[in-house]
Amino acid sequence: MPDTLALDDSAPTFDEQLPPAIRVRGYWQSVLYRLRHDPVTLCFGAIVLLIVLAAVFAPLVAPFDPYKESIIGRLKPFGWRGHLLGTDELGRDMLSRLFYGARISLLMGIVPVATAALIGGALGVVGGFAGGRTNTAIMRTMDVFYAFPSVLLAVAVAGAMGGGIGNGMLALTLVFIPPMCRVVETATTQLRALDFIEAARASGASTVTIIRYHVLGNVLGPAFIYASSLISVSILLASGLSFLGLGVQPPAADWGLMLSTLRQSIYVVPLVCALPGMAIFVTSICCNLVSDGLRAAMDVRM
Amino acid sequence: MSRPAICATRCRATAGWGGREMIANPGAPLAEVRDLRVRFVTREATLHAVNGVSFAVAAGEVLCILGESGSGKSVTLRALLRLLPPRRTRIEGQVTIGGADVLAMPARALRDLRGGLVSMVFQEPMTALDPVYTIGQQIGETVRRHTGCSRRAARARALELLELVRIPSPARRLDAYPHELSGGLRQRAMIAMALSCEPRLLLADEPTTALDATVQVQLLILLRRLQQELGMGMIFVTHDLGVAAEIADTVAVMYAGRIVESGPAAAVLTAPAHPYTAGLLASTVHGQRPGEDIDAIPGSPPDLRALPPGCSFAPRCSRRFAACRTTIPDPRVPAPGRMAACLAIPADG
Amino acid sequence: MNSLLLDTPATDPRDRGGRNQPLLIARDLLKHFPVSGARGKKVQAVDGVSFTVLKGETLGIVGESGCGKSTLARLLLHLLVPDRGELVFDGDPVNAPHGIAVDALRRQVQMVFQDSHASLNPRMPVRDSVAFGPFVRGTAKPAARVIARDMLKKVGLDPDLFGPRYPHELSGGQKQRVNIARALATGPRMVILDEPVSALDKSIEAQVLNLLRALKRQFNLTYLFISHDLNVVRHISDRVLVMYLGRVVEIGPAEAVFERPQHPYTQALLASRPSLDPARRILEPPITGDPPNPIDPPAGCRFHTRCPFAEMVCETTDPAPVAAPELSSHVASCHLRDPLSGHSRLGRA
Repeated sequence: MPDTLALDDSAPTFDEQLPPAIRVRGYWQSVLYRLRHDPVTLCFGAIVLLIVLAAVFAPLVAPFDPYKESIIGRLKPFGWRGHLLGTDELGRDMLSRLFYGARISLLMGIVPVATAALIGGALGVVGGFAGGRTNTAIMRTMDVFYAFPSVLLAVAVAGAMGGGIGNGMLALTLVFIPPMCRVVETATTQLRALDFIEAARASGASTVTIIRYHVLGNVLGPAFIYASSLISVSILLASGLSFLGLGVQPPAADWGLMLSTLRQSIYVVPLVCALPGMAIFVTSICCNLVSDGLRAAMDVRM
Repeated sequence: MSRPAICATRCRATAGWGGREMIANPGAPLAEVRDLRVRFVTREATLHAVNGVSFAVAAGEVLCILGESGSGKSVTLRALLRLLPPRRTRIEGQVTIGGADVLAMPARALRDLRGGLVSMVFQEPMTALDPVYTIGQQIGETVRRHTGCSRRAARARALELLELVRIPSPARRLDAYPHELSGGLRQRAMIAMALSCEPRLLLADEPTTALDATVQVQLLILLRRLQQELGMGMIFVTHDLGVAAEIADTVAVMYAGRIVESGPAAAVLTAPAHPYTAGLLASTVHGQRPGEDIDAIPGSPPDLRALPPGCSFAPRCSRRFAACRTTIPDPRVPAPGRMAACLAIPADG
Repeated sequence: MNSLLLDTPATDPRDRGGRNQPLLIARDLLKHFPVSGARGKKVQAVDGVSFTVLKGETLGIVGESGCGKSTLARLLLHLLVPDRGELVFDGDPVNAPHGIAVDALRRQVQMVFQDSHASLNPRMPVRDSVAFGPFVRGTAKPAARVIARDMLKKVGLDPDLFGPRYPHELSGGQKQRVNIARALATGPRMVILDEPVSALDKSIEAQVLNLLRALKRQFNLTYLFISHDLNVVRHISDRVLVMYLGRVVEIGPAEAVFERPQHPYTQALLASRPSLDPARRILEPPITGDPPNPIDPPAGCRFHTRCPFAEMVCETTDPAPVAAPELSSHVASCHLRDPLSGHSRLGRA
């Protein structure tokens, strides 16, 4: 009995080999290919990258000390004595404060979302895969939290715990756990009905093994896209918390806090006072658009 | 069996675009396609779905386009009504239905054509029917769009049509939603919708593929009867030789976007001239000696994004020779009334 | 375990009970699904099914949609737990105190699913999907990869060319080969094939059927082949079982069931096959109506609503399985064949 049975239907029956028509491309390579050819996403991604770099290297790129006050240099317009973006109500350099503020905003944007993705994702996978009563228990609990408007919930939790960065991040994490859980649970439930999960069960794999090798890889995509879209929301909410005084305390540089303190001075130098708001807006919308681009790129036809 | 009573109002389409030309020139074919080429262009690759297809269908004739997945048969059918996604698709060639040039038609005339002179039945009735409207409402909508008659008249016409397609308890089924009907009944409802304006040409894209064998045979017999009674031409796309044998007058076999053989059904299906048709026939499981290997065609269909030069079937053909790899075979005549695009058939002078 | 993947000798070390003991016995399997929303109603998917599978044979199971054959396949692997009934694998009751555990059953029985695309993890390269079975059973990853390479070669796919590919880059036929490789990678004795070729083109279908037959010889397998295509079942099966609405209506050697069908449903199914000859078309549908809903099936003989020979006794009493007089292994459940039933057409149908 020959070792190779049946006809190899891959190799052509010509004498010479036909060149392979399409390069073998994995999933992530397809994603990268699509991203490379998506100028809009690349452009906004570059802006996000710049903001991140400015935040990370703030001590090196900031022209002035963000905490150095100056009585005569208060509320000065663009370009006054080297202050490219003017000064705030205590004479501190706006550009430097914006750079330092980026750190906190980005931190409070990414960390709560990442934590919520982990916790919510785990709950979603467990609920989605287990089905039945476990699923109902988890999802209905999530629904209770989902019922609260996110701003209200964030303010209530942060306020009850007394404000500050840590409590703010905790509050935001709590806000984002239910939607992450729901997205992951939906993806897992859809996956559970597919034949390859049955085939894995028929091969004798335990539930944990199936989740590890089959579920996670497929659920990661939608979870990642959704989480990236939450980052922009998180930045907004974090700024809102700081604006209300529930975030960092002065004299720390934080965009929301800056907005709050510059509010009264808006008739004096309107452009300077609008800057923190602009920063929040630009960061948030660029994150949002990059997330959209990622969704389009990762939605590869399978 | 007598012709069923028809709604008095004439359909705009048959009186408009197609009717006049056809009356003027009764010998002309009902539908004619010349050198149709369809490409789908995406960022990553260009897919050559249809590569020079030409055929003609006479009034009252049933043409069956036979082919496997990737042969381009469904794309050809959809191109006849310009149902392909406009941005990605590039269509070249000529499509004439009832004397009118479909590819050059303005949008409004095209809308009159669809459902009026030409109608289409799809493979998956569950997705082709709107789940939130009843059958009666959907058929009525088509009737009203093309004739402009009242709701009551449209409902009466819908009932008439359900009776025509032999749906049991038609009055009750008028108010049924698609999900309440079985697959076979949904398909009959779709045929009823397609026939609502007495089309001269019916396009059918694998309408029985998703159905069980016993339901399929009922539907094929129904379609054959309706086609004969109403005198429609029909273009029926399928991958099943048995279905083609049951319904076709003429058969056109497609492979990799080209027609490789065509001719009367009996001739093509019992004595094929092209090696692909012969291979299809031999590999269809039908009465071979059990326990013995089936004569399968080796290899797989080519990637439409990168067609081999020369004859697209050559890599899998047992009768190929050197010229097959370089020259695309031209249509040749193995017998009167038949065509086969194969270099092994002598070209007549 | 790796040694089992080479040419398996005729005497399998896992064999208990010798050639004559059936490999699988199913007794009165029952599975009803509650209908969500309608209390008290149940989908009677499998309703008292009994049969045996002999070692080394191919048992074909035919039936139309809604007959319960896919549910039955899942019951045999305990992917669904039967509500009633028992399974005996090579003499050991399954999931019973002194019998064989479900996990051990799944080492000896594997399944190939119908949807070749949904059966593969879209994020896993094909060779990892094939290696997953042995890996989960305790084989180290490198050794599992070697097994996967070997299996891919055995199903006719070049492991270097296809191993790193993802499912969406493969054609339907290639994906199904991968599924077969995956099922065989753990070295089972029996493979349940749930409509393995239904979604494939006819020419690829022939290739895969030839492959399945060759693999069966090489690995000394037993097959349970489920399909709605009678021609395919006839070709590959030694014995055939016909299901209708959750019940077995006929079972026997393939040649007997196909040449001398005893049950009217089998006769109708056989008559519904297209002839492949345009000169011999089916003129009247052998059976009317659609396969009924498994929720609230008809009382008595389930087929009586569509049976041309139905009488009072058919509406009230369940027919008992009766062996054909000339062949005791050919059994049909029909009042026409039962001398005790009182049917008026006994012996004449």
